[in-house]
Amino acid sequence: MSLSGVPLIFSVILFICCFLCLYRILKGPSSADRIVAIDILGILVIGFCAFATVFSGRRFLIDIAISWAILGFIGTLALAKYLEGKNFDE
Amino acid sequence: MMNEIFQIIGTAFITIGLFFDIAGCVGLVRLPDVYNRLQAATKCVTLGTCSILLGVALWLPGTQASFKALLCILFILLTSPTAAHAIARGAYIYGVKPWKGTVVDKYKAVASSERKG
Repeated sequence: MSLSGVPLIFSVILFICCFLCLYRILKGPSSADRIVAIDILGILVIGFCAFATVFSGRRFLIDIAISWAILGFIGTLALAKYLEGKNFDE
Repeated sequence: MMNEIFQIIGTAFITIGLFFDIAGCVGLVRLPDVYNRLQAATKCVTLGTCSILLGVALWLPGTQASFKALLCILFILLTSPTAAHAIARGAYIYGVKPWKGTVVDKYKAVASSERKG
C-alpha cells in the first residue's frame, strides 16, 4: 500500500503524536507519568487502526481497534492498581 | 453523490480529531505535573479519537465496519474516564506531590482518613 496526499499527512500527524508520547515515556520523572503516556499511546493506536481501515481497505483493522481498546483498558487498570500498592521512595 | 457528501463530512471529522490529538499530546509533554498531564491528555485524546472513529463510520456508511466504529466510540467513552480516575488515585496514593501552583487539594483529608481506617 502506498500512501500519498491527505492520508500521508494524517498518518504523519498521528506518528508525531505517538513520538510525543514516547518522549514522555522515556523522560517521565515518575512511573505515574509513564503509565499516563502508555494509556494515551494505546488510545492513539486505536485511532490509527480505525484510520487505516478506510485508507487501506482492509476491514479487519477495525476489529483490532476494538480489541486494543478492551485490552488497553484492562492493562491500564492493572498498572494503576500496581501503582497504589507501592511507595514513592521504594 | 450521497457517498461523496458523507466522505467530505467524514474527512472534516478526522481533521478535527487529529487537531485534538496533537493538542493533547503537546499538553502531555509540556504541562508541569502528573495530574495536569492526565487531565489534558485524557480529555483531548479521547475526544480526538472518538472524532476520528466517527469520521471512519461516515466514510463507510451502512457496513459492518461502520457499526463497529460506533461501538468502539461507545466503549472508549465508557472506559477512558474510568482508567484516568484509577491512574489519578493510584498516583496520589503512590505519593506524587501536586505541582507547587496547585490551589486546592480536597482529596488530602479523604486519603489520610482512608489510610488510617
